[in-house]
Amino acid sequence: MIAHAIFFYTFSIIAVVSAIMVTASKNTVHSVFFLILDFISISCLFIMIGAEFLGMIMLIVYVGAVAVLFLFVVMMLNVAQQKNQWFAGQSTSKHIPVGLIISTLIFFEIIIVIGGWKYKPEIFDINNSLANTSVSNTHSLGQILYTDYIHVFQISGMILLVAMIGAIVLTFRQRSGVKRQSYIKQISRERAEGVEVLEVQSNKGVKIDD
Amino acid sequence: MIDIGLGHYLTLGAVIFSIGVIGIFLNRKNIIVILMSIELILLAVNINLVAFSIYLGDLAGQVFTLFILTVAAAEAAIGLAIIVVYFRNSGTIRVEEIDKLKG
Repeated sequence: MIAHAIFFYTFSIIAVVSAIMVTASKNTVHSVFFLILDFISISCLFIMIGAEFLGMIMLIVYVGAVAVLFLFVVMMLNVAQQKNQWFAGQSTSKHIPVGLIISTLIFFEIIIVIGGWKYKPEIFDINNSLANTSVSNTHSLGQILYTDYIHVFQISGMILLVAMIGAIVLTFRQRSGVKRQSYIKQISRERAEGVEVLEVQSNKGVKIDD
Repeated sequence: MIDIGLGHYLTLGAVIFSIGVIGIFLNRKNIIVILMSIELILLAVNINLVAFSIYLGDLAGQVFTLFILTVAAAEAAIGLAIIVVYFRNSGTIRVEEIDKLKG
């Protein structure tokens, strides 16, 4: 139990500090790196409390895909070098007290809800699917995901497809002056328009008109 | 303090959620940091769902965490695509200068 506490406090302190650094760091690239650190420590917490599959999926999806996507966009938009001119203006500083008040209110509301919340005694008896420890977390998650939640699962796949098509359509740009293959033109060429048989006379040569 | 229970995880989720909200308000930089704050908020929601799922013994919370993960990935892709298009059109993604809608 003491090891659990030590690991929980270590990872949660790392997560909270890196979350603060995501919002407070002056360089956007540093923000992305702290976001990666945050995701890694939270996935360590997930693995620690028994949700191994979600911890690994968090590592793959967030650290492997989303964070790299963020880094790629930061690199492509070249925003890291413009930070000096961005900090010249202080016109948004009037939002800071409002933001602090609102987020402190939200935090204390959630804390009040957590502090006043009690278990219903009968809630442990219903649908206790984790009590069977003979199957792993991944196994039981797969059993419930592909049976009870199969429609939602497929709809989430459709969401990913729509997101992919949307991102491609949004960023697609038709460039002018780029030479491309035209397959329909290549395929529909006939022999008659490509090849011509000429009668070559002696000492005259062939005159090519193109 | 030593005995880690559900309340610890929920408090961690609350802290990270509040930091995400602060990050949206305090932002003086670019829109990408706002997107990262939204990712933090979704992460806090995931912590809550997983903690409840483990401590109540119900796997539905983890299934919904999986779906939130999907939606977060899609949202990040679409949001970054919109940012790229906006940067291409207007040349800046600084928060103060995005005021074309006069909001």
